Amino acid sequence: MAKHTLSVLVENKPGVLARVAGLFSRRGFNIDSLAVGETEHPEVSRITIVVNAEESPLEQVTKQLNKLVNVLKIVELEPSASVQRELLLVKVRADRPQRSQVLETVQMFRARVVDVSPDALTIEATGTAEKLDALLRDLEPFGIKEMVQSGMVAIGRGSRSITAPVLRAAS
Amino acid sequence: MTKPQDNPSPTKQPSPLTVAAGAKPHAVAPKTPPAKAVVAEPVTGAQSLVRSLEALGVDVMFGIPGGAILPAYDPIFDSKVRHILVRHEQGAGHAATGYAQATGKVGVCVATSGPGATNLVTPIADAYMDSVPIVAITGQVSRSAIGTDAFQEADIQGITLPITKHNFLVTRPEDVPRILAEAFHLASTGRPGPVLVDIPKDVLQGRTEFTWPPTLELPGYRPTLQPHGKQIREAAKLIAMARRPVLYVGGGVLKAQASAVLRQLAELTGAPVVTTLMARGAFPDSHRQHLGMPGMHGSVAAVFALQKADLLVALGARFDDRVTGQLSTFAPGAAVVHADIDPAEIGKNRAADVPIVGDAKYVIEELIGAVTAEHKAGHRADLADWWRQLDDIRSRYPLGWEEPPDGTLAPQYVIKRLGEIVGPDAIYVAGVGQHQMWASQFISYEKPGTWLNSGGAGTMGYAVPAAMGAKVGRPDAVVWAIDGDGCFQMTNQELATCALEGIPIKVAIINNGNLGMVRQWQTLFYNERYSNTDLGTHKHRIPDFVKLAEALGCTGLRCETAADVDGTIETAMKINDGPVVVDFVVGKDAMVWPMVAAGTSNDEIQFARGVRPAFDDDDI
Repeated sequence: MAKHTLSVLVENKPGVLARVAGLFSRRGFNIDSLAVGETEHPEVSRITIVVNAEESPLEQVTKQLNKLVNVLKIVELEPSASVQRELLLVKVRADRPQRSQVLETVQMFRARVVDVSPDALTIEATGTAEKLDALLRDLEPFGIKEMVQSGMVAIGRGSRSITAPVLRAAS
Repeated sequence: MTKPQDNPSPTKQPSPLTVAAGAKPHAVAPKTPPAKAVVAEPVTGAQSLVRSLEALGVDVMFGIPGGAILPAYDPIFDSKVRHILVRHEQGAGHAATGYAQATGKVGVCVATSGPGATNLVTPIADAYMDSVPIVAITGQVSRSAIGTDAFQEADIQGITLPITKHNFLVTRPEDVPRILAEAFHLASTGRPGPVLVDIPKDVLQGRTEFTWPPTLELPGYRPTLQPHGKQIREAAKLIAMARRPVLYVGGGVLKAQASAVLRQLAELTGAPVVTTLMARGAFPDSHRQHLGMPGMHGSVAAVFALQKADLLVALGARFDDRVTGQLSTFAPGAAVVHADIDPAEIGKNRAADVPIVGDAKYVIEELIGAVTAEHKAGHRADLADWWRQLDDIRSRYPLGWEEPPDGTLAPQYVIKRLGEIVGPDAIYVAGVGQHQMWASQFISYEKPGTWLNSGGAGTMGYAVPAAMGAKVGRPDAVVWAIDGDGCFQMTNQELATCALEGIPIKVAIINNGNLGMVRQWQTLFYNERYSNTDLGTHKHRIPDFVKLAEALGCTGLRCETAADVDGTIETAMKINDGPVVVDFVVGKDAMVWPMVAAGTSNDEIQFARGVRPAFDDDDI
């Protein structure tokens, strides 16, 4: 099975996320990652969903999703034609002797330190899932105390906007 | 006639006036005068609800009041909209469904919060599976109490999420007219379906202004009605050249009111027609090209035609498992043209070679033109060989039954005589089980809207309340519920409603004393171990259906012999001032044949127990 990234534009109304998530589970799909946020138009939210599915079931779930009244538009974003990013916050054990080694790793991955305490650093990193995996592998030997990751967000490359036509139709 | 694309509304949304009475944009809309425009009259949320229902052309609703919905019942008391007080909310839901199926208009049911609303869950799920346009209006606890496990609180919006086309929780009194108009528009257009509107008590009590018509705000809802011309031409090429085509007709054809054009297409192509359980009546049973119902209990000829076809033209059908049997061996040699208004149905179960998204009426109209053009160009396959085979199968394996060896009354005989005596203008409403299959097989349906049943959900208890709704919608039609003794005991209390409200339906209980279809499976697959299928309605005559009918204010009749069948039906037909219940006491061992056992291939169809038609010997 292959991973697919769907950008789903929805009306920004209560309960819409439950409708979308419920549809996936009801039709037997597992969501790998999910992120929701406002768009440039406050009445429209954008849900980015990563699913593991074959082509034909993916088509079926996309069609079912399209039938939800609050769903405005669905676009599949190909990895090669889009920018895809996740956010990672990770608290790493770093007492004085270790700290410079940890900072070296942070620099290598162009991550940032966002909080410092005597025995730990909190690091913020964004990137593709692969980059964040690599960063975590390198940080692991120091001792990961806690971590949190966002769902993936993605946007198509080039000047075209997927929201513009929808907003024109909606307004 | 208004098409969405040329609607004058600046928002590109059909106005509630065209939505009124729930007709599809192209359908023959019942003549309801357009509601007068109203500007900002001071009202309560409850008054706004009732004013909206009136403006939408609703003439009847089925419901039961209770705490949270109580504010709405005060203006209902004065409204010209008729409210029929049912005995159980499930009855209200199925009545709304029966009304919608018989009239093509939106059916309306009303319940209070909590258990009132949850009692609607079964009929809503039923309407969802069969794509029936109903609007369910439920009371909810006041906004401040939502989420506190308040008395009679249930999250009915959450509960009905997977079984409604859409649902709403109204959070402001001023939204009532718009949401009601949206609910009716959603229920009745595109692929129809149930819509629930949940209204908190304090929203009903709140002060607001009533303005009509409202502007619909449904930017994500754009059903495709007009098919794509290129797809139509592709389909027409296949249809013209197919040597073994079959028109596989589903319920979408009835919903699109496309029976007349279907007949034209069938006669133009000369192709055989099969009508699914949801499409009985869409094509006359008496028509020479009609092979009957396909599927698990379909005719041998219909099943044979699908299995041996080189082209299936699926019109408003969804390749349900009861039709296809084992999917991998279904119609193995057929190319598929699949036309449906719901794009998600196309390719869901069976890949389509030519997918067509559109309303069945438009699709068929376009196909008639395109196939005619193909014929004019000299493209026309000879179907004589195909018909020779089909006629041979049809004559060798007709629908029929064996008289019970124990001398009991054959249920099939009762149903066949009922159809013959009552005729093709009546509306027949079946429950679920053996009697439903026999009613589909042995009554000749000639007209659309004369056969109502619970197909997708298979809801026992559907028949009596749905018949009630159908009779309310079409008071001039004779309405017969054909029910089993098991089904009947689930919802017969609505006969009290029928008796009191002057709804003279007729009920034929095909009383075999058992949960017949389950018993049939126990006979065939569980070594005749009859676990929990004997209802005691024979052995102990509990309940006594004649006495029960009388207690519910109906006439009760009983018939136990073949000799009495005609006379009893004629007696029932003469009673028109109240509901009639006939207890037909029939044998318990009759089985539904033909049969394709669940999960097996259609090629394994049995004509009768242990008798397989010799398909494989047919050289094609």
